[in-house]
Amino acid sequence: MELKRVVVTGLGAVTPVGNSPEETWQNLVAGKSGAAPITQFDTTNFKTKFACEVKNLNVCDYLDRKEVRKMDRYTQLAMISAIQGVKDSGLDLETVDKSRIGVVYGVGIGGIHTFQEEVVYYGQHIEAGPKFNPFFIPKMISDIAAGQISIHFGFHGPNYATTSACASSTHAVADAFNLIRLGKADVIVSGGAESAICATGVGGFNAMKALSTRNDDPEHASRPFSASRDGFIMAEGAGCLVLEELEHAKARGAKIYAEIAGEGMSADAYHITASHPEGLGAKLVMNAALEDAGMSVNDIDYINVHGTSTHVGDISEAKAIKDVFGEQAFKLNISSTKSMTGHLLGAAGAVEAMACVMAVKNDIVPPTINHEEGDEDPEIDYNLNFTFNKAQKREVRAALSNTFGFGGHNACIIVKKYAE
Amino acid sequence: MSEIESKVKAIIVDKLGVDEAEVKSEASFTNDLGADSLDTVELIMEFEKEFGISIPDDKAETIQTVQDAINYIQENAK
Repeated sequence: MELKRVVVTGLGAVTPVGNSPEETWQNLVAGKSGAAPITQFDTTNFKTKFACEVKNLNVCDYLDRKEVRKMDRYTQLAMISAIQGVKDSGLDLETVDKSRIGVVYGVGIGGIHTFQEEVVYYGQHIEAGPKFNPFFIPKMISDIAAGQISIHFGFHGPNYATTSACASSTHAVADAFNLIRLGKADVIVSGGAESAICATGVGGFNAMKALSTRNDDPEHASRPFSASRDGFIMAEGAGCLVLEELEHAKARGAKIYAEIAGEGMSADAYHITASHPEGLGAKLVMNAALEDAGMSVNDIDYINVHGTSTHVGDISEAKAIKDVFGEQAFKLNISSTKSMTGHLLGAAGAVEAMACVMAVKNDIVPPTINHEEGDEDPEIDYNLNFTFNKAQKREVRAALSNTFGFGGHNACIIVKKYAE
Repeated sequence: MSEIESKVKAIIVDKLGVDEAEVKSEASFTNDLGADSLDTVELIMEFEKEFGISIPDDKAETIQTVQDAINYIQENAK
């Protein structure tokens, strides 16, 4: 059976650096940080008091107030990204066969705001017995975003969530790609969403010592590949990529941003939270994606790294890139857009895949911000081009996006320029 | 409008996202105000919280209109 080709025909994004794909991309290229003091809860007693929150978003511009009330914030963000993506795709919802359109959305945690609210209320009123809201479970579960998107549009194709912590939405895009390649659907609205900037989310990650505590300078806290990095910055947001079978897209005259060339998946099989020190799973996943795409290392011009600004993760990923790419590792550009967006957890893969699509389309590599001279880590090879501090204009024939999740899940996709 | 009546109507407006003018005494939650089965459970819970009462399931099933709710709360609120 010949596999079908899959292209990107629509984008949506709600991120800490913009409430649309265009605004997000412009701010990534400009090197703008989305970090600021947390506004969503009182951080007085918390080690970390800042995060990358979505700003100036009026949810009711997109969704009916009654709908909004029945959705956790993560689902609201997912819905908005999907509404933007479907609109951008130009699909004619009156005439398209909705049984051939699916939704696959990645979510790392799910409705943790709702979970916290309900459990805290129960804890404070135990004597009154369980008084859980009937929407508690349907708001909290991590698959509900995919469900809500299908209900909103009436899409009857394959529908589910992928969960692999911070790799969740790369798995979603990869699954969507595979479903379309195999002919199971014509279009998949794929993406991811996360919103965990609340006491339990920040407190939980703080307990693992995973978050930066640079409270006096939030905008400069996310500094992947710099020696003084001290953890990741929690972010919230959502990203959407509308993937479409090439002939289906051509038949309706759709605009094509880029082609999905291949995907890779692997596991570290090493530790629940720490990445393998030699980047074993990272090497496996990049090789798998290159093989799936039928591409050589010399075909890749840009790697959007997982690069969370944690000590071990950044070192092992840089090592893995050198091992896999050899000489080409020093010719391609590398950058961590997490230096600007923070770590979007389950939404990271989708937003970073979108950054790869834009890089390929516009021939611009967004930077890794916040690196200063003299802040070099002896365990990292700075002959690699990390695109520090300033975006770089260059031909980007193809871009690879890495994401690695707690549990040792690794997922990778490759995006290339579309040509007949 | 009694205090109970105005509080009941405010909860319905908030939870069901309807206009206050639609919340007539004889209006049925499911037939007139667009509530589904989960919405009605949530309304009963909110009445319990607001008025400090406990509404048993068999009684909850008989509360189907705005007036049913007002009547039950007037009889049972502390």
